[in-house]
Amino acid sequence: MLFLALMAAMALALAVGSVSIPPVNIVRGVLGQLNDDVTGRILFGARLPRVLVAGLVGAALALSGLASQTLFRNPLASPSVIGVSNGAAFGAVAGVLLSARFINVGYGVSTALSVAGGLVVTALVFMLGRRGRYFGHALLLAGIAIAALCSALTTAMLYLAGERLQSIVFWLMGGLWLANWRDVWLVAPITFFGLAAMIIWSRDLNVALLGERSARDLGLDLPRLQRRLLVLIALLASVAVSVSGVIGFIGLIVPHLLRLITGADHRRLVLPTALGGALLLVLADTAARTLASPAEIPVGIFTAVTGAPVFLWLLQKRRPAGGP
Amino acid sequence: MNLRVENLNFAYRSGTPVLRDVSLEIAEGRVTGLFGSNGSGKSTLLRCLNGSLRPQLGRVWLGDRDAATLTPREMARLVAVVSQDTPVSLPFTALEVVLLGRYPHGELWQADSPEDVRFARECLERLDAADLSERLFDQLSGGERQRVIVARALAQQAPVMLWDEPASHLDIKHQLELFRLAHAQAAEGRVVVMVCHDLFLAPLFVDHAVLMRAGSAFAAGSTAEVLCPANLSRAFSVNMTLNWPADDSISVSLKNIKSID
Repeated sequence: MLFLALMAAMALALAVGSVSIPPVNIVRGVLGQLNDDVTGRILFGARLPRVLVAGLVGAALALSGLASQTLFRNPLASPSVIGVSNGAAFGAVAGVLLSARFINVGYGVSTALSVAGGLVVTALVFMLGRRGRYFGHALLLAGIAIAALCSALTTAMLYLAGERLQSIVFWLMGGLWLANWRDVWLVAPITFFGLAAMIIWSRDLNVALLGERSARDLGLDLPRLQRRLLVLIALLASVAVSVSGVIGFIGLIVPHLLRLITGADHRRLVLPTALGGALLLVLADTAARTLASPAEIPVGIFTAVTGAPVFLWLLQKRRPAGGP
Repeated sequence: MNLRVENLNFAYRSGTPVLRDVSLEIAEGRVTGLFGSNGSGKSTLLRCLNGSLRPQLGRVWLGDRDAATLTPREMARLVAVVSQDTPVSLPFTALEVVLLGRYPHGELWQADSPEDVRFARECLERLDAADLSERLFDQLSGGERQRVIVARALAQQAPVMLWDEPASHLDIKHQLELFRLAHAQAAEGRVVVMVCHDLFLAPLFVDHAVLMRAGSAFAAGSTAEVLCPANLSRAFSVNMTLNWPADDSISVSLKNIKSID
Protein backbone atom coordinates (compact mmCIF):
# COMPACT_ATOMS: atom_id res chain seq x y z
CA MET A 1 0.00 0.00 0.00
CA LEU A 2 2.82 2.33 0.88
CA PHE A 3 4.45 1.36 -2.37
CA LEU A 4 1.36 2.34 -4.37
CA ALA A 5 1.11 5.58 -2.45
CA LEU A 6 4.74 6.29 -3.28
CA MET A 7 4.15 5.61 -6.97
CA ALA A 8 1.11 7.90 -6.96
CA ALA A 9 3.03 10.63 -5.15
CA MET A 10 5.88 10.40 -7.64
CA ALA A 11 3.47 10.66 -10.55
CA LEU A 12 1.86 13.68 -8.94
CA ALA A 13 5.26 15.22 -8.32
CA LEU A 14 6.14 14.75 -12.00
CA ALA A 15 2.91 16.37 -13.12
CA VAL A 16 2.80 19.55 -11.08
CA GLY A 17 5.16 22.48 -11.14
CA SER A 18 5.64 25.80 -12.90
CA VAL A 19 4.65 23.96 -16.07
CA SER A 20 1.92 21.39 -15.61
CA ILE A 21 2.38 18.23 -17.56
CA PRO A 22 -0.76 16.23 -18.29
CA PRO A 23 -0.65 12.62 -17.07
CA VAL A 24 -0.98 11.34 -20.63
CA ASN A 25 2.34 12.92 -21.54
CA ILE A 26 4.06 11.42 -18.47
CA VAL A 27 2.92 7.97 -19.51
CA ARG A 28 4.06 8.67 -23.07
CA GLY A 29 7.37 9.97 -21.81
CA VAL A 30 8.03 6.91 -19.68
CA LEU A 31 7.19 4.75 -22.69
CA GLY A 32 9.55 6.79 -24.87
CA GLN A 33 6.83 8.01 -27.19
CA LEU A 34 6.90 11.68 -26.38
CA ASN A 35 7.51 13.97 -29.35
CA ASP A 36 7.42 17.28 -27.49
CA ASP A 37 11.02 18.25 -26.79
CA VAL A 38 10.40 20.91 -24.13
CA THR A 39 8.15 18.69 -22.05
CA GLY A 40 10.68 15.92 -22.42
CA ARG A 41 13.47 18.09 -21.09
CA ILE A 42 11.43 19.30 -18.13
CA LEU A 43 10.36 15.76 -17.39
CA PHE A 44 13.67 13.93 -17.72
CA GLY A 45 16.18 16.73 -17.23
CA ALA A 46 14.64 18.35 -14.17
CA ARG A 47 11.64 16.72 -12.58
CA LEU A 48 12.40 13.01 -12.80
CA PRO A 49 15.87 13.23 -11.25
CA ARG A 50 14.52 15.57 -8.59
CA VAL A 51 11.67 13.24 -7.71
CA LEU A 52 14.02 10.26 -7.65
CA VAL A 53 16.53 12.08 -5.45
CA ALA A 54 13.72 13.14 -3.11
CA GLY A 55 12.56 9.54 -2.80
CA LEU A 56 16.05 8.15 -2.31
CA VAL A 57 17.11 10.81 0.19
CA GLY A 58 13.85 10.40 2.10
CA ALA A 59 14.38 6.65 2.30
CA ALA A 60 18.03 7.08 3.34
CA LEU A 61 17.11 9.57 6.08
CA ALA A 62 14.30 7.39 7.42
CA LEU A 63 16.51 4.28 7.42
CA SER A 64 19.36 6.06 9.17
CA GLY A 65 16.87 7.37 11.71
CA LEU A 66 15.57 3.87 12.37
CA ALA A 67 19.12 2.56 12.67
CA SER A 68 19.97 5.31 15.19
CA GLN A 69 16.88 4.63 17.26
CA THR A 70 17.73 0.95 17.43
CA LEU A 71 21.43 1.55 18.05
CA PHE A 72 20.73 3.82 21.01
CA ARG A 73 17.59 1.98 22.07
CA ASN A 74 15.95 5.36 22.15
CA PRO A 75 12.92 6.10 19.99
CA LEU A 76 13.88 9.77 19.89
CA ALA A 77 17.36 9.35 18.44
CA SER A 78 18.26 10.40 14.92
CA PRO A 79 21.49 10.59 12.88
CA SER A 80 22.01 14.16 14.01
CA VAL A 81 22.56 13.04 17.62
CA ILE A 82 25.84 11.40 16.65
CA GLY A 83 26.85 14.51 14.76
CA VAL A 84 26.78 12.97 11.27
CA SER A 85 24.49 15.56 9.72
CA ASN A 86 26.39 18.50 11.15
CA GLY A 87 29.69 16.97 10.15
CA ALA A 88 28.47 16.45 6.60
CA ALA A 89 27.08 19.99 6.40
CA PHE A 90 30.36 21.32 7.74
CA GLY A 91 32.27 19.38 5.09
CA ALA A 92 30.00 20.67 2.35
CA VAL A 93 30.27 24.28 3.45
CA ALA A 94 34.04 23.98 3.74
CA GLY A 95 33.99 22.63 0.20
CA VAL A 96 32.02 25.61 -1.07
CA LEU A 97 34.47 28.02 0.56
CA LEU A 98 37.54 26.17 -0.60
CA SER A 99 36.42 26.06 -4.18
CA ALA A 100 35.59 29.78 -3.92
CA ARG A 101 38.97 30.78 -2.48
CA PHE A 102 41.36 28.60 -4.34
CA ILE A 103 40.41 26.52 -7.28
CA ASN A 104 36.97 26.26 -8.71
CA VAL A 105 36.71 22.51 -8.94
CA GLY A 106 33.00 22.87 -8.58
CA TYR A 107 30.14 21.13 -7.04
CA GLY A 108 31.74 17.68 -6.82
CA VAL A 109 34.19 18.84 -4.15
CA SER A 110 31.40 19.82 -1.80
CA THR A 111 29.72 16.50 -2.25
CA ALA A 112 32.90 14.59 -1.58
CA LEU A 113 33.86 16.74 1.41
CA SER A 114 30.39 16.42 2.79
CA VAL A 115 30.47 12.64 2.73
CA ALA A 116 33.98 12.77 4.17
CA GLY A 117 32.85 15.19 6.89
CA GLY A 118 30.04 12.89 7.96
CA LEU A 119 32.29 9.82 8.06
CA VAL A 120 35.14 11.57 9.88
CA VAL A 121 32.80 12.94 12.53
CA THR A 122 31.28 9.50 13.08
CA ALA A 123 34.71 7.92 13.40
CA LEU A 124 35.75 10.64 15.85
CA VAL A 125 32.58 10.28 17.92
CA PHE A 126 33.04 6.52 18.00
CA MET A 127 36.65 6.73 19.16
CA LEU A 128 35.82 9.28 21.85
CA GLY A 129 32.60 7.62 22.89
CA ARG A 130 33.44 3.95 23.10
CA ARG A 131 35.49 4.30 26.25
CA GLY A 132 32.38 4.79 28.33
CA ARG A 133 30.94 1.98 30.41
CA TYR A 134 27.66 1.99 28.52
CA PHE A 135 27.87 2.02 24.76
CA GLY A 136 25.08 4.53 24.23
CA HIS A 137 25.66 7.22 26.82
CA ALA A 138 29.25 8.22 26.13
CA LEU A 139 28.64 8.04 22.39
CA LEU A 140 25.60 10.30 22.59
CA LEU A 141 27.44 12.84 24.68
CA ALA A 142 30.45 12.84 22.35
CA GLY A 143 28.07 13.16 19.40
CA ILE A 144 26.25 16.13 20.87
CA ALA A 145 29.52 17.89 21.69
CA ILE A 146 30.99 17.35 18.24
CA ALA A 147 27.73 18.29 16.52
CA ALA A 148 27.76 21.58 18.44
CA LEU A 149 31.39 22.16 17.47
CA CYS A 150 30.67 21.50 13.79
CA SER A 151 27.66 23.76 13.67
CA ALA A 152 29.61 26.53 15.42
CA LEU A 153 32.40 26.22 12.85
CA THR A 154 29.83 26.17 10.05
CA THR A 155 28.24 29.34 11.35
CA ALA A 156 31.66 30.94 11.65
CA MET A 157 32.26 30.18 7.99
CA LEU A 158 29.14 32.13 7.07
CA TYR A 159 31.17 35.25 7.90
CA LEU A 160 33.77 34.26 5.37
CA ALA A 161 31.24 33.36 2.78
CA GLY A 162 30.76 36.63 0.92
CA GLU A 163 29.10 36.07 -2.39
CA ARG A 164 28.90 32.33 -1.76
CA LEU A 165 26.44 32.83 1.09
CA GLN A 166 23.58 31.67 -1.08
CA SER A 167 25.04 28.26 -1.79
CA ILE A 168 26.09 27.79 1.83
CA VAL A 169 22.60 28.50 3.02
CA PHE A 170 21.51 25.68 0.72
CA TRP A 171 23.38 23.12 2.84
CA LEU A 172 22.02 24.48 6.08
CA MET A 173 18.40 24.66 5.06
CA GLY A 174 18.22 21.63 2.87
CA GLY A 175 16.78 21.71 -0.60
CA LEU A 176 16.48 19.61 -3.70
CA TRP A 177 16.55 22.24 -6.43
CA LEU A 178 20.07 21.27 -7.47
CA ALA A 179 19.15 17.61 -7.83
CA ASN A 180 20.47 16.01 -10.99
CA TRP A 181 21.13 12.57 -12.43
CA ARG A 182 24.59 12.36 -10.89
CA ASP A 183 22.95 12.67 -7.45
CA VAL A 184 20.61 9.83 -8.32
CA TRP A 185 23.56 7.56 -9.11
CA LEU A 186 25.32 8.60 -5.91
CA VAL A 187 22.42 8.09 -3.51
CA ALA A 188 20.73 5.07 -5.10
CA PRO A 189 23.43 2.45 -4.41
CA ILE A 190 23.94 3.59 -0.81
CA THR A 191 20.22 3.69 -0.06
CA PHE A 192 19.56 0.27 -1.55
CA PHE A 193 22.62 -1.13 0.19
CA GLY A 194 21.36 0.26 3.51
CA LEU A 195 17.90 -1.13 2.92
CA ALA A 196 19.21 -4.58 2.06
CA ALA A 197 21.58 -4.62 5.03
CA MET A 198 18.88 -3.65 7.49
CA ILE A 199 16.46 -6.22 6.11
CA ILE A 200 19.13 -8.90 6.43
CA TRP A 201 19.96 -7.78 9.98
CA SER A 202 16.36 -7.37 11.07
CA ARG A 203 16.34 -10.23 13.61
CA ASP A 204 19.64 -8.99 15.02
CA LEU A 205 18.16 -5.51 15.30
CA ASN A 206 15.24 -6.90 17.30
CA VAL A 207 17.57 -8.62 19.75
CA ALA A 208 19.76 -5.50 19.96
CA LEU A 209 16.84 -3.71 21.64
CA LEU A 210 17.33 -5.98 24.66
CA GLY A 211 20.59 -4.28 25.53
CA GLU A 212 24.15 -5.50 25.89
CA ARG A 213 23.82 -8.37 28.33
CA SER A 214 20.57 -9.95 27.26
CA ALA A 215 21.56 -9.66 23.59
CA ARG A 216 24.73 -11.54 24.33
CA ASP A 217 22.85 -14.15 26.34
CA LEU A 218 20.80 -14.78 23.20
CA GLY A 219 23.92 -15.20 21.10
CA LEU A 220 24.15 -11.83 19.34
CA ASP A 221 27.55 -10.22 18.94
CA LEU A 222 26.16 -6.79 19.80
CA PRO A 223 29.37 -4.73 19.62
CA ARG A 224 29.92 -5.93 16.05
CA LEU A 225 26.35 -5.02 15.06
CA GLN A 226 26.76 -1.62 16.73
CA ARG A 227 29.90 -0.87 14.72
CA ARG A 228 28.18 -1.91 11.49
CA LEU A 229 25.13 0.20 12.27
CA LEU A 230 27.29 3.19 13.02
CA VAL A 231 29.02 2.90 9.64
CA LEU A 232 25.66 2.47 7.94
CA ILE A 233 24.13 5.51 9.66
CA ALA A 234 27.17 7.57 8.73
CA LEU A 235 27.01 6.49 5.08
CA LEU A 236 23.27 7.01 4.67
CA ALA A 237 23.10 10.33 6.48
CA SER A 238 26.19 11.91 5.00
CA VAL A 239 25.33 10.90 1.43
CA ALA A 240 21.83 12.28 1.96
CA VAL A 241 23.20 15.57 3.29
CA SER A 242 25.75 15.75 0.48
CA VAL A 243 23.04 16.01 -2.17
CA SER A 244 20.26 17.77 -0.32
CA GLY A 245 21.68 19.64 2.64
CA VAL A 246 20.34 19.09 6.14
CA ILE A 247 16.72 17.97 5.99
CA GLY A 248 15.45 17.38 9.48
CA PHE A 249 12.69 15.39 11.11
CA ILE A 250 12.25 12.70 8.45
CA GLY A 251 14.75 10.44 10.19
CA LEU A 252 13.10 11.13 13.50
CA ILE A 253 9.44 10.89 12.65
CA VAL A 254 9.01 8.26 9.93
CA PRO A 255 10.27 5.26 11.92
CA HIS A 256 8.36 6.46 14.94
CA LEU A 257 5.07 6.82 13.07
CA LEU A 258 5.41 3.46 11.36
CA ARG A 259 6.28 1.74 14.62
CA LEU A 260 2.85 2.78 15.86
CA ILE A 261 1.32 0.98 12.88
CA THR A 262 3.47 -2.08 12.26
CA GLY A 263 4.91 -2.66 15.72
CA ALA A 264 8.59 -2.64 16.53
CA ASP A 265 9.60 -5.92 14.85
CA HIS A 266 12.25 -4.86 12.33
CA ARG A 267 11.20 -7.61 9.95
CA ARG A 268 7.99 -5.64 9.42
CA LEU A 269 9.40 -2.18 10.01
CA VAL A 270 12.44 -1.69 7.77
CA LEU A 271 10.85 -1.71 4.32
CA PRO A 272 7.83 0.44 5.29
CA THR A 273 10.23 2.91 6.90
CA ALA A 274 12.18 3.28 3.66
CA LEU A 275 8.99 3.65 1.60
CA GLY A 276 7.44 6.03 4.13
CA GLY A 277 10.53 8.23 4.17
CA ALA A 278 10.53 8.34 0.36
CA LEU A 279 6.84 9.14 0.24
CA LEU A 280 7.10 11.89 2.82
CA LEU A 281 10.02 13.66 1.19
CA VAL A 282 8.53 13.42 -2.34
CA LEU A 283 5.33 14.99 -1.04
CA ALA A 284 7.16 17.58 1.03
CA ASP A 285 9.35 18.57 -1.90
CA THR A 286 6.39 18.80 -4.25
CA ALA A 287 4.59 21.02 -1.76
CA ALA A 288 7.73 23.06 -1.16
CA ARG A 289 8.15 23.91 -4.84
CA THR A 290 4.48 24.45 -5.72
CA LEU A 291 2.85 26.13 -2.72
CA ALA A 292 4.65 29.44 -3.18
CA SER A 293 5.23 29.00 -6.92
CA PRO A 294 7.16 30.42 -8.73
CA ALA A 295 9.26 30.86 -5.57
CA GLU A 296 10.38 27.81 -3.66
CA ILE A 297 10.31 27.08 0.06
CA PRO A 298 13.47 25.15 0.98
CA VAL A 299 12.22 21.66 1.75
CA GLY A 300 14.30 21.53 4.96
CA ILE A 301 12.32 24.43 6.32
CA PHE A 302 9.13 22.79 5.13
CA THR A 303 9.83 19.46 6.87
CA ALA A 304 10.89 21.24 10.05
CA VAL A 305 7.80 23.44 10.15
CA THR A 306 5.46 20.52 9.54
CA GLY A 307 7.59 17.95 11.37
CA ALA A 308 8.07 19.76 14.67
CA PRO A 309 4.35 19.81 15.56
CA VAL A 310 4.00 16.13 14.61
CA PHE A 311 6.98 15.32 16.75
CA LEU A 312 5.58 17.23 19.72
CA TRP A 313 2.28 15.44 19.24
CA LEU A 314 4.10 12.08 19.33
CA LEU A 315 5.88 13.15 22.52
CA GLN A 316 2.54 13.93 24.13
CA LYS A 317 1.18 10.59 23.04
CA ARG A 318 4.05 8.56 24.47
CA ARG A 319 2.97 6.33 27.27
CA PRO A 320 4.35 7.44 30.62
CA ALA A 321 5.68 3.91 31.25
CA GLY A 322 7.55 3.82 27.96
CA GLY A 323 10.16 6.43 28.60
CA PRO A 324 13.81 5.71 29.20
CA MET B 1 25.16 -32.63 30.36
CA ASN B 2 26.93 -31.59 33.55
CA LEU B 3 28.67 -28.33 34.28
CA ARG B 4 32.13 -28.25 35.77
CA VAL B 5 33.87 -25.18 37.10
CA GLU B 6 37.63 -25.46 37.64
CA ASN B 7 39.64 -22.98 39.72
CA LEU B 8 37.72 -19.97 38.51
CA ASN B 9 39.29 -16.60 39.29
CA PHE B 10 37.71 -13.38 38.15
CA ALA B 11 38.34 -9.68 38.74
CA TYR B 12 36.74 -6.69 37.08
CA ARG B 13 39.08 -4.11 35.62
CA SER B 14 39.33 -2.29 38.93
CA GLY B 15 41.34 -5.20 40.26
CA THR B 16 39.67 -6.53 43.41
CA PRO B 17 39.08 -10.23 42.89
CA VAL B 18 35.38 -11.11 42.79
CA LEU B 19 35.80 -14.86 42.42
CA ARG B 20 38.63 -16.67 44.14
CA ASP B 21 39.47 -20.17 43.05
CA VAL B 22 35.91 -21.44 42.71
CA SER B 23 35.57 -25.11 41.77
CA LEU B 24 32.15 -26.76 41.45
CA GLU B 25 30.40 -29.76 39.98
CA ILE B 26 26.90 -28.86 38.83
CA ALA B 27 24.86 -31.89 37.87
CA GLU B 28 21.88 -32.11 35.58
CA GLY B 29 18.51 -33.18 36.88
CA ARG B 30 18.58 -31.10 40.04
CA VAL B 31 18.25 -27.47 41.03
CA THR B 32 21.50 -25.91 42.19
CA GLY B 33 21.10 -22.78 44.30
CA LEU B 34 23.79 -20.15 44.76
CA PHE B 35 23.40 -18.48 48.16
CA GLY B 36 25.39 -15.70 49.73
CA SER B 37 25.28 -12.08 50.81
CA ASN B 38 25.28 -9.12 48.43
CA GLY B 39 28.58 -8.84 46.59
CA SER B 40 29.67 -12.37 47.46
CA GLY B 41 30.11 -13.20 43.77
CA LYS B 42 26.93 -15.18 42.98
CA SER B 43 25.88 -13.20 39.92
CA THR B 44 29.46 -12.89 38.66
CA LEU B 45 29.81 -16.67 38.88
CA LEU B 46 26.58 -17.03 36.92
CA ARG B 47 27.87 -14.71 34.19
CA CYS B 48 31.09 -16.71 33.95
CA LEU B 49 29.04 -19.87 33.43
CA ASN B 50 27.68 -18.67 30.08
CA GLY B 51 30.86 -17.00 28.99
CA SER B 52 29.53 -13.46 29.09
CA LEU B 53 32.32 -12.74 31.55
CA ARG B 54 35.74 -14.21 30.79
CA PRO B 55 37.57 -15.47 33.89
CA GLN B 56 41.24 -14.52 34.16
CA LEU B 57 42.06 -18.01 35.35
CA GLY B 58 40.27 -21.33 35.35
CA ARG B 59 37.80 -23.03 33.07
CA VAL B 60 34.12 -23.73 32.69
CA TRP B 61 33.16 -27.01 31.06
CA LEU B 62 29.73 -27.57 29.55
CA GLY B 63 29.77 -31.33 29.23
CA ASP B 64 33.03 -31.92 27.38
CA ARG B 65 33.12 -28.47 25.75
CA ASP B 66 35.25 -25.66 27.06
CA ALA B 67 33.04 -22.58 27.41
CA ALA B 68 35.84 -20.30 26.20
CA THR B 69 35.83 -21.98 22.77
CA LEU B 70 32.10 -21.55 22.04
CA THR B 71 30.73 -18.73 19.88
CA PRO B 72 27.98 -16.61 21.47
CA ARG B 73 25.44 -18.33 19.26
CA GLU B 74 26.55 -21.85 20.17
CA MET B 75 26.49 -20.78 23.79
CA ALA B 76 22.95 -19.41 23.50
CA ARG B 77 21.76 -22.76 22.19
CA LEU B 78 23.25 -24.50 25.23
CA VAL B 79 22.59 -21.97 27.98
CA ALA B 80 19.53 -19.79 28.61
CA VAL B 81 19.79 -16.94 31.09
CA VAL B 82 17.03 -15.24 33.03
CA SER B 83 18.69 -11.96 33.85
CA GLN B 84 17.72 -8.95 35.87
CA ASP B 85 18.52 -6.27 33.36
CA THR B 86 15.99 -6.44 30.57
CA PRO B 87 15.13 -2.84 29.67
CA VAL B 88 11.66 -1.82 30.68
CA SER B 89 11.15 0.32 27.59
CA LEU B 90 11.00 -2.53 25.06
CA PRO B 91 8.49 -1.65 22.34
CA PHE B 92 7.51 -5.30 21.81
CA THR B 93 4.47 -7.29 22.88
CA ALA B 94 5.00 -10.05 25.44
CA LEU B 95 4.73 -12.70 22.73
CA GLU B 96 7.34 -10.91 20.61
CA VAL B 97 9.68 -10.82 23.61
CA VAL B 98 9.27 -14.55 24.12
CA LEU B 99 9.89 -15.13 20.41
CA LEU B 100 13.25 -13.38 20.78
CA GLY B 101 14.21 -16.53 22.67
CA ARG B 102 14.10 -18.37 19.35
CA TYR B 103 16.83 -16.07 17.99
CA PRO B 104 19.77 -18.49 18.41
CA HIS B 105 17.83 -21.13 16.47
CA GLY B 106 16.81 -18.99 13.50
CA GLU B 107 18.51 -17.60 10.44
CA LEU B 108 18.97 -13.93 9.55
CA TRP B 109 15.77 -12.15 8.60
CA GLN B 110 13.41 -15.12 8.32
CA ALA B 111 9.98 -14.81 9.89
CA ASP B 112 8.99 -16.81 12.96
CA SER B 113 7.65 -20.19 11.92
CA PRO B 114 4.20 -21.27 13.11
CA GLU B 115 5.96 -23.84 15.34
CA ASP B 116 8.01 -21.05 16.91
CA VAL B 117 4.86 -19.05 17.63
CA ARG B 118 3.06 -22.09 19.03
CA PHE B 119 6.01 -22.95 21.22
CA ALA B 120 6.33 -19.38 22.47
CA ARG B 121 2.65 -19.38 23.44
CA GLU B 122 3.18 -22.67 25.27
CA CYS B 123 6.06 -21.12 27.21
CA LEU B 124 3.84 -18.21 28.22
CA GLU B 125 1.16 -20.66 29.32
CA ARG B 126 3.62 -22.51 31.52
CA LEU B 127 4.15 -19.23 33.34
CA ASP B 128 0.47 -18.54 33.70
CA ALA B 129 0.97 -15.61 31.33
CA ALA B 130 -0.97 -16.61 28.21
CA ASP B 131 -3.31 -13.66 28.67
CA LEU B 132 -0.37 -11.26 28.48
CA SER B 133 0.76 -12.30 25.01
CA GLU B 134 -0.62 -9.33 23.07
CA ARG B 135 0.10 -6.75 25.76
CA LEU B 136 3.00 -4.35 25.30
CA PHE B 137 5.96 -5.34 27.44
CA ASP B 138 6.49 -1.87 28.84
CA GLN B 139 2.92 -1.74 30.10
CA LEU B 140 3.29 -4.87 32.23
CA SER B 141 3.88 -4.85 35.96
CA GLY B 142 7.27 -5.91 37.33
CA GLY B 143 6.06 -9.40 38.16
CA GLU B 144 4.39 -9.88 34.79
CA ARG B 145 7.56 -8.76 33.03
CA GLN B 146 9.59 -11.23 35.07
CA ARG B 147 7.33 -14.10 34.00
CA VAL B 148 7.64 -13.06 30.36
CA ILE B 149 11.45 -13.04 30.67
CA VAL B 150 11.39 -16.54 32.16
CA ALA B 151 9.16 -17.64 29.29
CA ARG B 152 11.71 -16.23 26.86
CA ALA B 153 14.43 -18.32 28.50
CA LEU B 154 12.20 -21.42 28.21
CA ALA B 155 11.69 -20.65 24.52
CA GLN B 156 15.46 -20.91 24.06
CA GLN B 157 15.14 -24.68 24.70
CA ALA B 158 18.63 -24.88 26.14
CA PRO B 159 19.84 -27.81 28.27
CA VAL B 160 21.24 -25.37 30.84
CA MET B 161 19.21 -22.65 32.54
CA LEU B 162 20.82 -19.94 34.63
CA TRP B 163 18.37 -17.95 36.73
CA ASP B 164 19.54 -14.73 38.34
CA GLU B 165 17.14 -14.17 41.21
CA PRO B 166 14.13 -15.17 39.14
CA ALA B 167 11.69 -14.71 42.01
CA SER B 168 12.32 -11.07 42.68
CA HIS B 169 9.30 -8.85 41.93
CA LEU B 170 6.98 -11.84 42.21
CA ASP B 171 4.21 -12.33 44.70
CA ILE B 172 4.30 -15.49 46.79
CA LYS B 173 1.95 -17.48 44.56
CA HIS B 174 4.02 -16.79 41.47
CA GLN B 175 7.25 -17.33 43.39
CA LEU B 176 6.06 -20.80 44.27
CA GLU B 177 4.99 -21.47 40.71
CA LEU B 178 8.36 -20.35 39.47
CA PHE B 179 10.26 -22.60 41.85
CA ARG B 180 8.04 -25.52 40.87
CA LEU B 181 8.78 -24.73 37.25
CA ALA B 182 12.52 -24.74 37.98
CA HIS B 183 12.07 -28.11 39.60
CA ALA B 184 10.16 -29.44 36.62
CA GLN B 185 12.87 -28.14 34.29
CA ALA B 186 15.50 -29.98 36.30
CA ALA B 187 13.37 -33.12 36.35
CA GLU B 188 13.35 -33.02 32.54
CA GLY B 189 17.11 -33.47 32.74
CA ARG B 190 18.29 -29.86 32.52
CA VAL B 191 20.98 -28.19 34.50
CA VAL B 192 19.26 -25.47 36.53
CA VAL B 193 21.35 -22.96 38.46
CA MET B 194 19.59 -20.27 40.48
CA VAL B 195 21.00 -17.28 42.27
CA CYS B 196 18.82 -17.15 45.38
CA HIS B 197 18.34 -14.09 47.48
CA ASP B 198 15.79 -15.35 49.90
CA LEU B 199 16.16 -18.05 52.50
CA PHE B 200 12.47 -18.42 53.19
CA LEU B 201 11.21 -20.29 50.13
CA ALA B 202 14.11 -21.04 47.83
CA PRO B 203 15.85 -23.65 50.03
CA LEU B 204 12.82 -25.91 49.78
CA PHE B 205 13.19 -26.14 46.01
CA VAL B 206 16.96 -26.32 45.85
CA ASP B 207 18.47 -29.80 45.77
CA HIS B 208 22.07 -28.74 45.89
CA ALA B 209 23.21 -25.57 47.60
CA VAL B 210 26.41 -23.60 47.14
CA LEU B 211 27.16 -20.99 49.77
CA MET B 212 29.43 -18.13 48.81
CA ARG B 213 31.32 -15.59 50.81
CA ALA B 214 33.79 -13.00 49.52
CA GLY B 215 34.23 -14.74 46.19
CA SER B 216 34.76 -18.25 47.49
CA ALA B 217 32.31 -21.12 47.40
CA PHE B 218 33.01 -22.27 50.92
CA ALA B 219 30.29 -24.88 51.25
CA ALA B 220 28.53 -27.07 48.72
CA GLY B 221 26.30 -30.09 49.13
CA SER B 222 22.77 -31.02 50.09
CA THR B 223 20.72 -27.98 51.00
CA ALA B 224 19.97 -28.97 54.60
CA GLU B 225 23.63 -29.60 55.32
CA VAL B 226 24.97 -26.51 53.64
CA LEU B 227 22.44 -24.08 55.09
CA CYS B 228 23.19 -25.03 58.71
CA PRO B 229 23.26 -22.29 61.36
CA ALA B 230 27.05 -22.20 61.51
CA ASN B 231 27.42 -21.72 57.72
CA LEU B 232 24.58 -19.18 57.57
CA SER B 233 26.13 -17.11 60.29
CA ARG B 234 29.46 -17.24 58.46
CA ALA B 235 27.91 -16.20 55.14
CA PHE B 236 25.41 -13.57 56.30
CA SER B 237 26.62 -12.58 59.80
CA VAL B 238 23.08 -13.29 61.03
CA ASN B 239 22.05 -15.94 63.52
CA MET B 240 19.33 -17.99 61.96
CA THR B 241 18.11 -21.54 61.74
CA LEU B 242 16.25 -23.22 58.90
CA ASN B 243 13.96 -26.05 60.00
CA TRP B 244 12.60 -28.77 57.77
CA PRO B 245 9.80 -30.33 59.82
CA ALA B 246 8.72 -32.30 56.74
CA ASP B 247 9.93 -32.95 53.25
CA ASP B 248 7.80 -30.18 51.78
CA SER B 249 7.67 -27.53 54.45
CA ILE B 250 10.16 -25.12 55.87
CA SER B 251 10.37 -22.55 58.65
CA VAL B 252 12.99 -20.02 59.49
CA SER B 253 13.81 -18.81 62.94
CA LEU B 254 15.82 -15.71 63.62
CA LYS B 255 17.15 -14.90 67.06
CA ASN B 256 18.14 -11.61 68.64
CA ILE B 257 17.53 -9.78 65.41
CA LYS B 258 16.91 -6.40 67.01
CA SER B 259 20.18 -6.26 68.89
CA ILE B 260 23.41 -5.19 67.25
CA ASP B 261 26.38 -7.41 67.96
